[in-house]
Amino acid sequence: MSTFIEKQTVISGAGQSDIGRRLFRDPLELTLDACLAAIADAGLTTKDIDGVATYPGPMSIPPGFSGAGVVDVQDALRLELGWWSGGIEAPGQLGSVINACLAVAAGLATHVLCFRSVYEGSAQGTKGRASTMPGSGGGGSFRASGFMEWTLPFAAPSAAPWIALMAQRHFHEFGTTREQLGQIPLNARKNAALNPKAIYTDPMTMDDYLNVRMVSTPLSLYDCDVPCDGATAVIVSHVDTVADLAKPPIHVEAVGTALRGRPSWDQFDDLTTMANRDASAQLWGRTDLTPADVDLAEMYDGFSFIALTWLEAMGFCGHGEAGPFLEGGTNIARDSGVLPLNTHGGQLSAGRLHGYGFLHEACTQLWGEGGPRQVAGDPEVGVACAGGGPLAGALLLTTHR
Amino acid sequence: MADSPAPTADLPFRILPALTDLNREFWTAGTRGELRFLRCNACGYYNHPPTAVCPVCHSKDLAPSTVSGRATLHTYTINHQAWMPGPELPYVIGIVDIPEQADLRLTTNIVNCAHDDLVIGMPMRVTFEIHADGEDVIAIPLFEPDRTSA
Ligand SMILES: [Zn+2]
Repeated sequence: MSTFIEKQTVISGAGQSDIGRRLFRDPLELTLDACLAAIADAGLTTKDIDGVATYPGPMSIPPGFSGAGVVDVQDALRLELGWWSGGIEAPGQLGSVINACLAVAAGLATHVLCFRSVYEGSAQGTKGRASTMPGSGGGGSFRASGFMEWTLPFAAPSAAPWIALMAQRHFHEFGTTREQLGQIPLNARKNAALNPKAIYTDPMTMDDYLNVRMVSTPLSLYDCDVPCDGATAVIVSHVDTVADLAKPPIHVEAVGTALRGRPSWDQFDDLTTMANRDASAQLWGRTDLTPADVDLAEMYDGFSFIALTWLEAMGFCGHGEAGPFLEGGTNIARDSGVLPLNTHGGQLSAGRLHGYGFLHEACTQLWGEGGPRQVAGDPEVGVACAGGGPLAGALLLTTHR
Repeated sequence: MADSPAPTADLPFRILPALTDLNREFWTAGTRGELRFLRCNACGYYNHPPTAVCPVCHSKDLAPSTVSGRATLHTYTINHQAWMPGPELPYVIGIVDIPEQADLRLTTNIVNCAHDDLVIGMPMRVTFEIHADGEDVIAIPLFEPDRTSA
């Protein structure tokens, strides 16, 4: 298994800016806060950084979706780069980090700064997500094209109904229930209470979950993540540099990036799973470890149902078995001893940092830096998984090689 | 084209598709009561969303082909969120399976069906909502329960 080149890379540092529902701060400033924190965390300086990767690169729409691109950061920190890459066409948000691993293993760079920056909270202001929808101005002249051609004419402009359609199909085929799915947001809220940077920390009960307003059945408000402002950064370094680093390295044991089904939210071959099915299978084909070796899982929960499909895809339960696996919530609880899930509160309660929050939290836990939310027992193996629908990228991380 | 039918009465606001040479028949054939997909003349594959090259045999000999208009409900969601101007809330978004080909699906709205009567797998049939916008008359394919097929 030593031939898989991601094993030549480590996560050497991680950092995060302030995070808030609406900070009204300069998004590049937030980005640089996270980047400089990650560089310092690794014991490096900006002179050491010779690569930059980001997702999705500069974008002005939807509002607040991207706080900075590669060249913004390169110029702001006067970096000299051997390799760089930013873009939205990638295996999920963490595809950018996986790209960095490949670049480091290929010798194009030694220390790659990877970041994701959002300010959707401020950008949406008080108008909420509906303000970001195409055609929300209500004019008659806008015409839909691309994938939106097949959803906008049916008043389905958001991933909420797209994911709801998948969830309903899963409920139908496997008998999954809202009470089972609801364990994901309940667990997230419980963990968020121990995370000083989390957005929502008030206790949530199953009654709260079942009685909150519906968005798109079977998904309610609490099945949807919360837009926020904030930036996250990690440093991917070559394993040969670990002696120069400030902290014990977190090894990249395996990655998964596959997309084998149609790249579509409604034409994918099996709507009870997602591209994460194939990315996960690929990941397990690149390591001798198995799901039983994993001590904690940080899994994309832009909608609760996406995390449910990641649990199945990564093999923590069988396809269609996530409902019983989630029943009662004990399997995913911090102190479960089975599979602590989204130990920072996920995007559902800690904020929509869009993929990178999961990698940051996996590293935090593997470094033993979780403070009050630290998983007991010195976890050694974790997974960070990001993306939903046709987007999926996953990293298997270990403290030892 | 024959005389276009009058736009459907009491239309909800809809964002209409940008018409192209590839998609025009899909979005306008409903004005004649037909549901049409681009189909490969070489291998028979229905190619949706339409592209110029058949994804199966790579032939460029594709032409619109009319299907029965029947479908089965693959999944649905009752949408309560006002994302945009549109049908009266709550409205039903569905994905239907088109029986002419195993992987042929459409996202659509399910209409003329009480929410309590929605059942995955139920037989559906197409019905069109006609919108006029400038030069274009566009027929949005919606689906309703097919009570004739029982
Ligand atoms: Zn063909």
